[in-house]
Amino acid sequence: MTHDRPVTGEPSYPDAPQGPESGKVFSGGVRPDPIADPQTTEVDRDPEDRELDRGGTGGAVEGESAVAFEQLVGQTHTATALDPTAPPVLTVENLRMYFPVRSSGVLRRKIGDVQAVDGISFELPQGGSLGLVGESGCGKSTTGRVITRLYQPTGGSMMFDGQDLAQLSTKQMKPLRREIQMIFQDPYSSLNPRHTVGSIVGSPLRVHDMVPRKDTLKRVQELLEVVGLNPEHYNRYPSEFSGGQRQRIGIARALALQPKVMVADEPVSALDVSIQAQVINLLQDLQQEFGIAFLFIAHDLAVVRHFCPEVAVMYLGKIIEIGDRESIYGNAHHPYTQALLSAVPDVKQAVTGGRRERIRLSGDVPSPINPPSGCRFRTRCPIAQDICARHEPPLLQIGKRHKVACHFAGRLGQHPVKPITARLLGVDAEGQPDPGASPTTDLVEQPGYADTWFDLDANTIGRA
Amino acid sequence: MFGFIVRRMMSSLVVILLATMAVFALFFLGPSNPAQPICDANGRCTPERLANIERGLGLDQPVHEAYVEFMDGVFTGREISFGAEVYDCDAPCLGISYSNRLQVTDELEKRLPATIMIAVGGSITYVILGVVIGVLAAARRGTFFDRALVSGSLLVSSVPYYLMCLLAWIFLTLQSSIFPATGYFPVTENPWETFKGLLLPCLVLGVASAPAYARFTRGQMVETLGDDYIRTASAKGLSGRVVVFKHALRAAIVPIVTIFGLDFGVLLGGTIFTEEIFGIDGIGRWGLDAVLAPVDLPVLTATIMVGAIFIVFSNLIVDLLYGVLDPRVRVG
Amino acid sequence: MTEQLTQPRHAAQSRESEPYLVVDHLTVKFPTEDGLVHAVTDLSYSVELGKTLGIVGESGSGKSVSSMAILGLHDRRSARIDGSIRVGGTEVVGLSENELRDMRGNSVAMIFQDALAALHPYFRIGSQLAEAYRVHHPQASKKEAKARAVEMLDLVGIPEPQRRVDNYPHQFSGGMRQRVMIAMGLVNDPSLLIADEPTTALDVTVQAQILDLLQDLQREFNSAIIMITHDLGVIAEMADDVLVMYAGRAVEYGPVTEILTHPEMPYTWGLLSSVPEVSSDPNARMIPIPGNPPSLLHPPQGCAFFARCGHSRKVPGDLCATTLPELLPGTRGPQQLKRCHLADPDAIYEAEVLPEIAPELVEENRG
Repeated sequence: MTHDRPVTGEPSYPDAPQGPESGKVFSGGVRPDPIADPQTTEVDRDPEDRELDRGGTGGAVEGESAVAFEQLVGQTHTATALDPTAPPVLTVENLRMYFPVRSSGVLRRKIGDVQAVDGISFELPQGGSLGLVGESGCGKSTTGRVITRLYQPTGGSMMFDGQDLAQLSTKQMKPLRREIQMIFQDPYSSLNPRHTVGSIVGSPLRVHDMVPRKDTLKRVQELLEVVGLNPEHYNRYPSEFSGGQRQRIGIARALALQPKVMVADEPVSALDVSIQAQVINLLQDLQQEFGIAFLFIAHDLAVVRHFCPEVAVMYLGKIIEIGDRESIYGNAHHPYTQALLSAVPDVKQAVTGGRRERIRLSGDVPSPINPPSGCRFRTRCPIAQDICARHEPPLLQIGKRHKVACHFAGRLGQHPVKPITARLLGVDAEGQPDPGASPTTDLVEQPGYADTWFDLDANTIGRA
Repeated sequence: MFGFIVRRMMSSLVVILLATMAVFALFFLGPSNPAQPICDANGRCTPERLANIERGLGLDQPVHEAYVEFMDGVFTGREISFGAEVYDCDAPCLGISYSNRLQVTDELEKRLPATIMIAVGGSITYVILGVVIGVLAAARRGTFFDRALVSGSLLVSSVPYYLMCLLAWIFLTLQSSIFPATGYFPVTENPWETFKGLLLPCLVLGVASAPAYARFTRGQMVETLGDDYIRTASAKGLSGRVVVFKHALRAAIVPIVTIFGLDFGVLLGGTIFTEEIFGIDGIGRWGLDAVLAPVDLPVLTATIMVGAIFIVFSNLIVDLLYGVLDPRVRVG
Repeated sequence: MTEQLTQPRHAAQSRESEPYLVVDHLTVKFPTEDGLVHAVTDLSYSVELGKTLGIVGESGSGKSVSSMAILGLHDRRSARIDGSIRVGGTEVVGLSENELRDMRGNSVAMIFQDALAALHPYFRIGSQLAEAYRVHHPQASKKEAKARAVEMLDLVGIPEPQRRVDNYPHQFSGGMRQRVMIAMGLVNDPSLLIADEPTTALDVTVQAQILDLLQDLQREFNSAIIMITHDLGVIAEMADDVLVMYAGRAVEYGPVTEILTHPEMPYTWGLLSSVPEVSSDPNARMIPIPGNPPSLLHPPQGCAFFARCGHSRKVPGDLCATTLPELLPGTRGPQQLKRCHLADPDAIYEAEVLPEIAPELVEENRG
């Protein structure tokens, strides 16, 4: 994956055609009625009102400076806050996606499955964001594709607006596709190079007949403006835009149908760092203005933390920890989450205190065709014991908004010696069945959080 | 791998059978009646004689029965009658030629070597010529050399093939005797004569097809030379020649081999222009003659079947070869 | 462990006079259809053995172009290179192709970003490694070269090296592949290793392993490393010095601890502001740098960052628009250079930028 790809040496785009990108507010901040203010020329524009997303300066108007820093700051966002009262717009329960593996013999019988996603449950709050993090092969991208019904799930349910998306036929899905849209990772390959920007953004409008045909262009221009692009550029081809701008085109396209849910699959990984920040702020603007819920799939833990008030960590097709920002980043209880967080290079820590303690994981990620028995992480886990091979740990709620799937869940360096799940599963410390204990039945994994949970510190039931 | 081959063989068989069925169907639904010229050949044709001949040839049957009878004969041999005369057709029986009353299988045996040799000789020529030119042009892309090669190729490829054959034959053989007389001399008798007779046709075929390969090779090479692993090879300190011929060509050659395999299969089915103009008795010429009225159904069926078999198998070989050349797609 | 472990080559002694790599006023231009592209202009830096220089920049900054110039990998017919690059005392600019080839993969090695694309897909990695070895050790037999390949795979931590040496690149995972690339870069004990975005395509845990590996190898072989990346976290962990590039020029240069705690150039501030951290205050903002990098076809007259700089109004007059700032020390001492007209950048950084991107540090500083 390359950042703005160089042609010769490293310039990314030709000089002239760039032109200024409009959007009176920084980074395409949202203007409720863009049509009200027509485009003015360079000269007429009030210096304070100047567009901020300018292209190359070569040959540009002399003396034009960028927006002042103070103003810039005012247009950015802090980390998105959690809205605990928001109802869920999408409820995913026990979602499974298996891909068949066929033998190489004459008959090509099915010999197994790639268990890409193996029973995950979560809720996506209306107008909120859920981050989905994990490393390669964990199933997060597949989850994104299943949510948008690019694949039909092998099992489980996805409740949206009272309907189970998993059960609908292609025909029944069509009107619902407007509600759930996707932004893709690679801005270079996710736009058809032979289509103009206008037709890329406009085609969803035509497919779903959102506006009368004669109004399509106007709507396309509105959308381009909302994402911070010059609406006059609708006749240009993607190759004439930079990576960040192309990603905005993709966002405009997704936005065209006014979805309630957007699945963002690594939307900024392929972009330069400063452009990443532009796009993230844009997405935050859009979320605030239009109330879009985001399923934010990424591997960059820091960006996810900024954008998502709630995060789910996946490993080999399962969610192993899910919770709000503070629970995951400040109070991680699962050894994998702790290992991930310890591996992220931290500028402040490295500069001030030297290298922090890094948890090294041994071995490679196992194959999703034949995942380990019990807990899937046990082959690389520093604290795995017998019970981990015998029983898969349930996703247990241990805080108001915090669930973890580990027999020995605990803060870093404070993992319990005895498994916390033993009594609940009706087994002893090694995982052997315990005739005395009776397993509790309320371990049915359900999306969302309950009002009571297992408070590990106090060793009692916590209540909301 | 084994499973893959078995599956492909089965589907190949189906394709071949379908091809022969298509020939039968087309033929039986066609405008001309092959029995007519046979009937006319020996004096006046009466409707009864015509009917007689048709019966003998199996042309009065519904097409599927005729087909079954044909396929049966392939395995067991059969008798075929042209009105009064009856001929034995030994297994594998591909029929008796309507025009010269000889067993098709025997004729096939005699004519196949010629076509095969032209195909082999021609393809060796155009592959070597085309790839070398393509590689050189790519390595020197943008220079005068590159542009000259590309323009030259374009010029050659814009000459119609039959014209090239004719011109070559007239000027190089007929008028100036630079090349010996063309024709096929059985290789068992005198290989040197065989070589001389086929030299010019192979060369012309090679030169005519080389431009396409040159262009394709050049394109593949240019693309490959831009790939990251070529940059790595240079960064290791390898010389330009090693980078181009060992690293770049090795990668670029894979699609070329694929195309070559398919082209070769088509050639084996009959190089019609070449044989006709240079006077070589191969399958192509034979098939061409069989199409012209009077239509010689058994010969036609045989040539189409042979063509189909070659193409289908060359497809299979190419697919297997791809796995050998590109370790990423090894069929498992 | 293999028996034929070659001795680490500490033969690369640092000369008393100068660091192993010295780049002096390097300028690289490419003629294109649209005009002359000024990919790198007036770039100077140096790297000593056993030290790591991090080069930070985004697309169009010239960071990769300058490194490729060290190995002479640009097209001789078109690229115009001025200035000087001295490797181990030898001038590289203007060197013949033969002499450059002697150096490539030998005393100076380069490893690239996407190992899957950078390794030949059709050759086994053992033969690619052996080839890298035999180019510079032509008298070595095939057997010796293969043994060396196995040794290198072991060195970079690939399990079962004797078996895996016969695998193809696509049969390795991403992290293992990158280790193979590192093995190939180190096979001839180079004194300088240039790593161009070596961990960008990798998962974060794998990235941590690779960085650890590089640091271990550096300690063992005393090689100089240039780490090209856009990830400031990687720089913070790996680099001793950092060079920030923008529009083909150096805009800030100095020790990494200084640059990352007291950066003196608004572009560096912008980079630090654009990147959130896992441990930062939730009230911290992600402040992007508006606009896009400038075209290198017609470099602007004044400061190249002027059109995107939010602090240019703090410089009196139109200095920023008209005059290119020199790369000079600021208020923090002679080893930290910056290319900016601001008189007291540190004060501005502490007062305006830091509170927005790291409010918790401001509290610490105050308290």
